[in-house]
Amino acid sequence: MGSRFFDFINKHPIWVIVTSLLFAFLVASGAQNLVFKGDYRVFFGDENPELIAFESMQNVYSKTDNVAFVVAPKDGNVFSPEHLESLKVLTKASWQIPYSTRVDSVTNFQHTYAEEDDMTVEKLVLSTGNLSDADLAKIKQVAVNEPLLVNKTVSPSGHVSVVNVTVQLPGIDVGLEVPEVAKSAREIKEIYLAQNPDAEVYLSGMVMMNTSFTESALEDSATLVPLMFLIVVVVIGVLLRTIAGTFATVVIIIMSIATTMGVAGWTGFYLTGPSSSAPTMILTLAVADCIHVLTSMFYEMRQGASKEDAIKRSLKVNLQPIFLTSVTTAIGFLSMNFSDSPPFRDLGNLVALGVMLAFVFSVTVFPAMLRVLPIRVKVDDGSKVSNMSKLSDFVVSKRRVLLPTMALAILSTSIFLPQNELDDDFVKYFDETVDFRNAADFMQDNISGMALIEVSVETGESSGINNPKYLQTVADFTDWLRQQPEVDHVNTITDTLMRLNKNMHGDDAAWYKLPDDQALSAQYLLLYEMSLPYGLDLNNQLNVDKSASKISVTLKNITSNEMLYLEDSINKWFANNGRGYNAVVASPSVMFAHIGQRSIYSMLIGTTLALLLISLLLGIALKSWRYGLISLIPNLVPAAVGFGIWGLFYGYVGLGLSVVVGMTLGIVVDDTVHFLSKYLRARREKDLDAIDAVHYAFDNVGRALIVTTFVLAAGFAVLAQSSFALNADMGLLTAMTIVIALVVDFFFLPPLLIWLDKKSGSGQHAKNDSVGDAQVTLTQVK
Amino acid sequence: MLFIKNTLKAHLSKQVLPVVLLVSTFTISFGVVAETPEEQGLAISKEAKNRDKGWQDNSANMRMVLRNKQGEESVREIVTKTLEVENDGDKALTIFNQPRDVKGTAFLSFSHPVGPDDQWLYLPALKRVKRISSSNKSGPFMGTEFSFEDLSSFEVEKYTYKYIGDETLNGLDNFVVEQYPVDENSGYTRRIVWLDKDEYRIQKTDFYDRKNSLLKTLTFQDYQQYLSKYWRANKAEMINHQTGKSTTLEWTNYAFKTGLQDADFNRNALKRAK
Repeated sequence: MGSRFFDFINKHPIWVIVTSLLFAFLVASGAQNLVFKGDYRVFFGDENPELIAFESMQNVYSKTDNVAFVVAPKDGNVFSPEHLESLKVLTKASWQIPYSTRVDSVTNFQHTYAEEDDMTVEKLVLSTGNLSDADLAKIKQVAVNEPLLVNKTVSPSGHVSVVNVTVQLPGIDVGLEVPEVAKSAREIKEIYLAQNPDAEVYLSGMVMMNTSFTESALEDSATLVPLMFLIVVVVIGVLLRTIAGTFATVVIIIMSIATTMGVAGWTGFYLTGPSSSAPTMILTLAVADCIHVLTSMFYEMRQGASKEDAIKRSLKVNLQPIFLTSVTTAIGFLSMNFSDSPPFRDLGNLVALGVMLAFVFSVTVFPAMLRVLPIRVKVDDGSKVSNMSKLSDFVVSKRRVLLPTMALAILSTSIFLPQNELDDDFVKYFDETVDFRNAADFMQDNISGMALIEVSVETGESSGINNPKYLQTVADFTDWLRQQPEVDHVNTITDTLMRLNKNMHGDDAAWYKLPDDQALSAQYLLLYEMSLPYGLDLNNQLNVDKSASKISVTLKNITSNEMLYLEDSINKWFANNGRGYNAVVASPSVMFAHIGQRSIYSMLIGTTLALLLISLLLGIALKSWRYGLISLIPNLVPAAVGFGIWGLFYGYVGLGLSVVVGMTLGIVVDDTVHFLSKYLRARREKDLDAIDAVHYAFDNVGRALIVTTFVLAAGFAVLAQSSFALNADMGLLTAMTIVIALVVDFFFLPPLLIWLDKKSGSGQHAKNDSVGDAQVTLTQVK
Repeated sequence: MLFIKNTLKAHLSKQVLPVVLLVSTFTISFGVVAETPEEQGLAISKEAKNRDKGWQDNSANMRMVLRNKQGEESVREIVTKTLEVENDGDKALTIFNQPRDVKGTAFLSFSHPVGPDDQWLYLPALKRVKRISSSNKSGPFMGTEFSFEDLSSFEVEKYTYKYIGDETLNGLDNFVVEQYPVDENSGYTRRIVWLDKDEYRIQKTDFYDRKNSLLKTLTFQDYQQYLSKYWRANKAEMINHQTGKSTTLEWTNYAFKTGLQDADFNRNALKRAK
């Protein structure tokens, strides 16, 4: 691209604008194909081993997607006739939820009891019309002593209960099915509350979580994106004092976002929680390009150049640096392709595409618009930059203090990096402004957590689950599980069999034990299964040929590390005590526990690769391997310090943060490029010594770096306001890292450069007789 | 008309048809229609029931093959003996042969058109007969996609009806009738039944769950006529659309009028049932 191209823009701005807008419009129309997938499964690739294990378990037993109504009567007593009646009504209404296949509540629990040789199977709560105090006490006593119910369906003290609805989503269009179920559940909740003002209802469960992914993202796009636009308008308006420039920038941003999302739509992307933050990120990153073009243009105009010439010169000066920084930023985002989680791969690709599109627009339609828009600039008297001089004076004069102090500060914060514990608790993916999070928290505080582990214990032979040896193993396992502090509830077939054995012996408590004969167990189960109503069968815990049973373990909302540890303990328990039975552990909680770790390991590869590529580019651009190597320090230190501070204050990392290093690398490298290239230009071209070169770099790019850092940090800080914590954390840590990068570039890099260059002899620059800075070099390379 | 029940009922039970209705069914079969869809539906159902009466008792072997979404299979085998009872639901004896650990278990039920059935189970491992008190008939039978409700005898009183049209299916002209269960413990809001006009045999049934979504579809194959009157399918397949699971039933050794007596259907008979 040469000046002929810029001449063309200057001569035919309208043509460029119309063509670009037409192109953007056509491409952007693809965005209507974009659909949002509100489903936690999107976080897992098709090849994800935990997802495969879980899917196959769901195919063998039945699906576990659910909606949970957590109902708390204000008088703290579930077992009043009025409240039980309301639960009966709620239970019945819940059957009307689309795709519901099972509803479990205190009232429809299938209570079994014996009278001589009669065995009765009926709902625990039949009619509530004339329940005596004794009846109520009996119902409560059965409920809070029933291992199937207590800590899962009803709290031990009987102050809160849950109506749990299992849904079987057809999966034809999850984007419609999930909201449909959520809407129905909310309507039922409203009706319930209208009829029962003396109770509180919280909606929890996987479906409510899935719908929250969509709703959070929609809310974000309704609040965060406009907020970000506002910030852009204010920043450019105030700092650069130009209405036309602000307007043109906003147009470029809109075009970049719209065409990126359009391409996404045409190429079959779908939106997810993480990838829906792409517009905010593109917005943030696109601004920087425009600021560089505008700043240079205004600089030229202040110097008295005509607008036409100013635009031309600005482009000439900025084309290569903007291209270089866009490429490095894109590489950083492309490193997210190494993530194990598809939404982050999508996010990386979308932002990388958006950044490159923004680059193209900033050097084509942006100058074309500036050409036709009215812009006036006062010719400057040249008495500015004094602030920057003060800053560089300070850095240079205090360099002997700054270097060790900064080094110490960097080390002492980075040291907290290992403080970060792995945590992908999906409940915490949402902040406290999200209803689902409040429901999950309330549920955790009052009855049970939402984390679940499912263990399929397999015998490999038909009817094998009735074997006494098998049942004893499962019962031992259940006992062991119940001793674990993080376990709230265990659902196991052995409890049912013990109860049936008791029932079959006239409800004699001494017979509350496992049948000691395979045929007996089989016959009990046959009897029991024949007496159950629709939707309350055992198919969710027994496979078709009864060769395996599934134990469902409800846990407190624990961290991924704790979950991985528990999974490991389970496998070890089976290795030592499993009597040769095979146990398969799976669940969404297990999937999330692994994904963070997986993603961190795979992102290590991705980030290293990005680092190598970027350093190579820098080495070529700066035409010096030495400075390419030195640049590693300011490029890597910000992430290390960022994660250190994060470890100190927050202390958890996961899926969302696993991509931050790669992502920020591409962004912070821009500062380094700008600073080092000016420094080297001063050393090589102007033959200045290290100290003067630092002054030169500050004077030339200091202000631009502050402005772009401010915009970038603001953009990611806006993202940090997302109610979707995965995005919010990513935004906050990225914003922090970007600010740290500037601090490092201003207060650590210059003293380091002076120290290193003095150490290696001041003649270093003289060896390098090439004239020109990064931009020129890059042109030569091309 | 042959209901699911009809086919299956042949094994588990037997229906009695009030003779009074013969006249109206006659009218229907000759296509003279001057009735509401509800009356037509009822008339068709009565005719089906009527055509399948008088077989006294029967027995058959039934093999059930269960499949889950993962493609795993499992087999159950039972023997059914049914006694036709006038003015009430049939009496049925089910003897379980497979899986092996339930072999010898026997189930006796006296079905009633309205209200819970009387039911007893003999558990050989316990050597006891247990009376089971439960109004639940909507749960899966032996883990299959058939509920007890699907397998029990068809009685006209169990439903209200609506004739909704004609449709060609399996190359046969069919009545299509909607049935609405009377029992509030039913697992369904309605069933849609396709009966061929020639013989009133059920060709297909769609089951709608309590929220009125399509839950299951049952189809019958290989109808065979016994005693020159009673049609029984050799095969039936139930597909659950919501879970992707399915169950196939295959009948062999049909026998009618085998001389079973009332005495073969009581608690004591359970223990010696084979």
